[in-house]
Amino acid sequence: MLSRLLPHPLLTVTLTLTWMLLVNSFTAGQALLGVLLGWAIPVFTRRFWPDRVRIARPWWLVFFLVKVLWDILIANVTVAALILGGQRFARPAFVAVPLELRTELAISILANTVSLTPGTVSAWLSPDRRTLIVHGLRVTDPDALAHEIKTRYERPLRDIFEPPC
Amino acid sequence: MLNIALIIAFTLVCAALLLSLWRLVVGPDHPDRILALDTLYVNTIALLVLLGILLGSALYFEAALLIAMMGFVGTVALCKYLLRGDIIE
Amino acid sequence: MLELAISALIIVGAAFTFIGSLGLARLGDFYTRLHGPTKATTLGVGALLIASVTFFSTRGEGISLHEVLVTVFLFITAPVSAHLLAKTALHLRVHSIAPTPAQVEVADGAQAGETSR
Repeated sequence: MLSRLLPHPLLTVTLTLTWMLLVNSFTAGQALLGVLLGWAIPVFTRRFWPDRVRIARPWWLVFFLVKVLWDILIANVTVAALILGGQRFARPAFVAVPLELRTELAISILANTVSLTPGTVSAWLSPDRRTLIVHGLRVTDPDALAHEIKTRYERPLRDIFEPPC
Repeated sequence: MLNIALIIAFTLVCAALLLSLWRLVVGPDHPDRILALDTLYVNTIALLVLLGILLGSALYFEAALLIAMMGFVGTVALCKYLLRGDIIE
Repeated sequence: MLELAISALIIVGAAFTFIGSLGLARLGDFYTRLHGPTKATTLGVGALLIASVTFFSTRGEGISLHEVLVTVFLFITAPVSAHLLAKTALHLRVHSIAPTPAQVEVADGAQAGETSR
């Protein structure tokens, strides 16, 4: 019954916040309208959405996001230095990263994280979702890069979205 | 102070726009052109934000949001077209 | 003091935007060019938007947070379009300095064969 009335609680919260940011006012009336929209849109578009998002450890997600934001800052300084340094310093390579993640959401988040962090862009996901091809701007050791992605980003995501039962 | 910073920023962003435009014209491949177009969109958002600060008006924000959305949808549509169109050939 | 912070953010943001486009213009092949706009330009515009939030929030007309929406949107969409562009380029076999991975060509060939059948 509850899942019928409130199919996607997270989506409701997100939509409410989005509405309040969009109208740029934080009054009670706008909050009420936001909650109404946040409730109505998931209910009426229920068939469009896949499975309900399950986050096993929300607080870990917050730590993960902070870490990723920090890495993005570092990434930009590195990439900026590489661009200013020019072609001589670039040593591009494709690296295959075997994936252990299984849920679609976790894989998407991993791919997006990889694209936003130091010198790597996710380029291609194999159709069976078991390998992610990553393009690195300056790769000296492909195995080390794959290992770093796996330990630094994939393991926390696994803990957050797919905890071992 | 703020005005000097804004002038420098406008110069940098306009230079960025010109560089992206150059890449759009030169190519050499279709993905290059789409990437240049995407960068142009993002640079335009930067320009609009700067203009909003310069004129002290929040109106430009809506335009920036719309360009961000349309730019993303456009990029995805072009990529999908290239991905699918070539398979059919 | 506040003006100084806003000015610094504006300059840093514009500089990153410029560096992103510079990367787009001067790097050697498509895949390396992809790095500039996805990272540098996104962060540059992010910094500009934070400057805008600070500027409008401290004018005495209440806080203004709607720029956050554009920032979040850009940070979500930039990697998605980068991934799609890279996938397209791999599919079209765009010239690359680095050797392209073998898995892609095998899978792409199989996929092409499936759809043309």
